[in-house]
Amino acid sequence: MTEPLLKVDSLSKSFGGFAALSEVSIAVAQGERFGLIGPNGSGKTTLINCVSGALRNDGGSISFAGEEISGLPAYQRTRRGIARTFQIPRPFTSMPVIENLIVPLEYVAHRGSLHTADTRAEAMAILETIGLADKAETPSSRLSQVELRKLELARAMAARPRLLISDEAMAGLASNEVKEVLAILFKLNESGITIIMIEHIMQAVMRFSQRVICLDAGRIICEGTPESIVRNPDVQRAYLGA
Amino acid sequence: MKPRNWGFWAGAAAALGLAALAVATVRNEYYFFAAYVVIQFVVLATAWNILGGYAGYVNFGASAFFGVGAYIAVMLIKAAGLPLGVQILAAAAVGGALGFGVGLLTLRLRGIFFSIATVAITIVLETAVINWRYVGGASGIQILRPPVIEPFDSYTKMLLIVVVLLAIVAVAIARYIETSWLGRGLRAIRDNEEAAECAGVPTLKLKLMACTVSGALMSAAGAPLAMYQSFVEPASAFNLTYSVSALAMPIIGGTSHWIGPVIGAILLGTVQQVVTVTVSSELNVLVVGVLLVLFVVAAPEGIVGLARRFAAWSRKRES
Repeated sequence: MTEPLLKVDSLSKSFGGFAALSEVSIAVAQGERFGLIGPNGSGKTTLINCVSGALRNDGGSISFAGEEISGLPAYQRTRRGIARTFQIPRPFTSMPVIENLIVPLEYVAHRGSLHTADTRAEAMAILETIGLADKAETPSSRLSQVELRKLELARAMAARPRLLISDEAMAGLASNEVKEVLAILFKLNESGITIIMIEHIMQAVMRFSQRVICLDAGRIICEGTPESIVRNPDVQRAYLGA
Repeated sequence: MKPRNWGFWAGAAAALGLAALAVATVRNEYYFFAAYVVIQFVVLATAWNILGGYAGYVNFGASAFFGVGAYIAVMLIKAAGLPLGVQILAAAAVGGALGFGVGLLTLRLRGIFFSIATVAITIVLETAVINWRYVGGASGIQILRPPVIEPFDSYTKMLLIVVVLLAIVAVAIARYIETSWLGRGLRAIRDNEEAAECAGVPTLKLKLMACTVSGALMSAAGAPLAMYQSFVEPASAFNLTYSVSALAMPIIGGTSHWIGPVIGAILLGTVQQVVTVTVSSELNVLVVGVLLVLFVVAAPEGIVGLARRFAAWSRKRES
């Protein structure tokens, strides 16, 4: 069996006396579309915060492309190929849309080189892929909700990721906007990027994912194909409290 | 060289030329005395803005760096009688090292916690100097100015040219940082530090760089104080009004552009000098305070922000 791109082994994270994650283990293969679901407070965001480096794990290990990364700061993980979006969009509001992409391009993709024209051209190409090219010079503080979600994806793409973690990129969007974002994620996956999708919109996550894990109270309660997950009584209990 | 760079350096040469012309033609020493203070604030405000404006880390410790610069100069004069240029370079080196050290200790703190920690630095350093007899302790130390260098006919006139050169260096460094990838990284930190880190920005390294450069320039601004006043005491060298002015001037001028601290320092510094002469020196702080409150409430983006809004409004009206 080939080495998974991301391997999380017995990961634990506590906040004071509250165990947000207990002995969580996942393995995500190169090119996979991986879904992460669970009710509010189940530990999904804590798990991706630990993977992306926003939080340090208390126990366990995280390896990416065969390298142990749990001791690395977030920017080093980004440079190794892990990019993420945020549940609540966090644009660089003092900059226009294109400059939001130039930041990761300068610090990750074009690090050490100073080709300003290339950087702008690459940023424009990403904006075209994501469908934000016409907003390139718009201040990011003036974007609509769906545009902010797209900007989050575009900025993550500018870091040239091998693994993209999409944290509720469709939350609060209308159904046509959900389809739009979903289409973008499929396109990115087709280009070879592994994607972990955290989502509350079940239709979207089930349609997108090849494999799904359900977390509840910081533990994995089941893992399998989307079809098997929706039929799983533990998942139904976790969501509906039945 | 890019056209924008030509414009900047032409402006810098014009400022230096104007100062040289004033030195050659103006007889009243007071104008040089007052102009020195105003330009010294250009250096201080520009230096403060590198960390406080671009990265959004509000530093209340400007007076600590300024005072350290002044006392490094005092130490070098007393120990070896070294010239002003060496005093400024040494002050910048020590200020940079201090900025790096302070950054290591405080830059993991955010918001108000960082600001409080920087206030403490002024108090700690002032107390240390008060108890250091070699540099005069609490009662201060008298400095004898060396003979003035040709072609200047007074030391104050020479100091004005020195501080104008220092301001050009400070503004050029701030401008380079602002317009380069460093400035973009610092602005990303100010907008959202976690998102910046996840976009590949080494946030701690960048903040340390900004704190070091800012500290070096603030200490360099303090170095000529010994020669300017011919007397240095801890209460004036570490005076908290330097911290307040260094913060107020960029906020009033606008923190987003290198010209903001320059405008703020010239405007506020000049008003302070006029108030000192016409009303009272005690009213200086009141003037700073009132203007700061006015701008924070009515125009948080400062004069630069107001100018941008006016330009946008004019364009909209024309179209």
